[in-house]
Amino acid sequence: MKICVLVKEVPDAAVEKRIDQSSKRIDRSGEKNLNPFDTHAIEAAMQVKEGGVVDVEEVVAVTMGPESAFRALHKAVSLGADRSIHLTDDALAGSDCCATGYALAKILEEESPDLVLLGQQSDDGECYTMGAIVADHLRMPSLTQVIKMDVEEGKLRCERQAEYGYDTVEIQLPAVISVGDAINEPRYPSLKAIMGAKKKQLDTKGIADAGIEADRVGEGGSRTSVLSINPPPAKQAGEIIEDEDTNETVGKIVSWLEERKLLA
Amino acid sequence: MHLKRPAAGRSRPLRSLLAVDFDLSDEQAAIQRLARDFAQGEVRPVAEELDREKRFPYELVKQMGELGLMGIPYPESYGGGGADTLSYALVVEELARVDSSVGITLAAHTSLGTWPIYAFGDESQKAEWMPGLCAGETLGAFGLTEPEAGSDAANVRTRARLEDGEWVIDGAKQFITNSGTDISGFVAITARTGEGEISNIIVPNGTPGYAVGQAYRKMGWNASDTRPLSFDGARVPEENLLGPRGMGFKQFMQTLDGGRISVSAMGVGLAQGALDEALAYARERQAFGKSISKFQAIQAKLADISTEIAAARLLTYKAAKEKDEGRNFSLTAAQAKLKTGRLAVRAAEEAVQIHGGYGYIEEYPVCRFYRDAKILTIGEGTDEVQQMVIARALGA
Repeated sequence: MKICVLVKEVPDAAVEKRIDQSSKRIDRSGEKNLNPFDTHAIEAAMQVKEGGVVDVEEVVAVTMGPESAFRALHKAVSLGADRSIHLTDDALAGSDCCATGYALAKILEEESPDLVLLGQQSDDGECYTMGAIVADHLRMPSLTQVIKMDVEEGKLRCERQAEYGYDTVEIQLPAVISVGDAINEPRYPSLKAIMGAKKKQLDTKGIADAGIEADRVGEGGSRTSVLSINPPPAKQAGEIIEDEDTNETVGKIVSWLEERKLLA
Repeated sequence: MHLKRPAAGRSRPLRSLLAVDFDLSDEQAAIQRLARDFAQGEVRPVAEELDREKRFPYELVKQMGELGLMGIPYPESYGGGGADTLSYALVVEELARVDSSVGITLAAHTSLGTWPIYAFGDESQKAEWMPGLCAGETLGAFGLTEPEAGSDAANVRTRARLEDGEWVIDGAKQFITNSGTDISGFVAITARTGEGEISNIIVPNGTPGYAVGQAYRKMGWNASDTRPLSFDGARVPEENLLGPRGMGFKQFMQTLDGGRISVSAMGVGLAQGALDEALAYARERQAFGKSISKFQAIQAKLADISTEIAAARLLTYKAAKEKDEGRNFSLTAAQAKLKTGRLAVRAAEEAVQIHGGYGYIEEYPVCRFYRDAKILTIGEGTDEVQQMVIARALGA
């Protein structure tokens, strides 16, 4: 069995998110880190590999991103991936979700994995859709927001987080699975693994190497265009109810909830 | 009147002015990230409790050992991490940013416990101790300070005499970190082995006649292990001599030089942690209808401390780089130690001040930071000793 894990370099969670109005994109300068959700995907891959139910020959980390994104791959291999692939090309800059998913799928086609894992969302763009887009291109079944995954020969048994409760789904391999952060507790990379990360195979590829059509990626190849970008509206200030008479306070809270139809 | 010409050979080579690189390598940045995540994820949730209960962090030491953090700058052939001194300093800084007790446990183990074995031990001593030390399964301690001899190491009173192929040791040591834990393996001591002759000897824990005293009741560093030691006819084999006979003073001075880098990193980390807490609190706390972070008086404190930290950090990293490049780093390490200890005390005090009354109660980490800071102007050579070292290097 071969597992590919899609990973992304994102601005560090400690860096306040900023919008670059001139490019209408998120300002991605400053300190960066491996997307936290992707560390859960790598951990899920490692648990399949170490679980012993199926024989995993290799775990391959794949990213698309600028030159600096190799650091996300170093982190991925320090967390246990066996090798990594960096898709990077000036022609890819400005790709929207669909164009990115197409380009990643072209890399995955070459690798023909039995299982593709990725975090359910990135910490910056938060589109939540990459797994589905990649799966569509690869003609593989896909599950999103998976928080439990048991592997059996040729298939997976997954629990996915639904709006109310959980769905338990069986899915045939090969498949694309995007995972939530409740699926596992990612390990820390050891110092030794960090020091050894550079020694693991890292293939850098451009669009020509992967047979990616230039007019389907980049700003020009993206079918969405961003008209404007704005920060989410600030949270409204809450209402503080002073507790003078507890019966009265409970009454106030209940009527507040009823007004908003929050009580069943 | 004429100007005094600089003494020949004193001017610095131009190269050192040119080779300035303020960026961490990818590996250093990844190691810093590991330490930061570990400190935030594993140390922070238990720091208050460990301090309150004065409990040694066995579980954290075990985890740090498994992650390869207990032997960072030592070769992989001995089980170490094979990383550089700067990587090690970054880890100490990130730990002290959250908790000084855990920081000093790792720092004293690495710089004081393990270093003398690595730098001065023969191959059989290294084979015996290094793998356990680097794995964090065994802690090493460094026994220099005595009731009447600290930095005045030449005044050491502990004696060792050779008798039937064994060293017989009598004397006392004090303020010895990591000497009395369940996993402490040995203390490497300075002892007088003859007239005007000081040597280093490895004394394993459990040696008859070697007694580890009760842990001190300290102002801070409550979760770290610090004890007095006594030697009453303690006998160890002659081959426990560490390095050549009579070289003990020089060896331990070298050890202290290296230790100053990690203690400087502790100061930078503590100051940064105090700033982190103070900034977060100031942004949240409202007074007179706005966050207190919007008041100039608070902003001035935050701005000053952040600037001081940036300067102190560069000095500390420079000392680490000098050590890694095999250059003489004594002066820079002493300067870094002097600067960072004072900064830690000041940053902790300002952080408490910004917290107001809440800074004086233990629910907020700055209270612990304040108690933990003071030792940084004392341990590993007091400020006054650093000034002496620095002034000597200046030729004063």
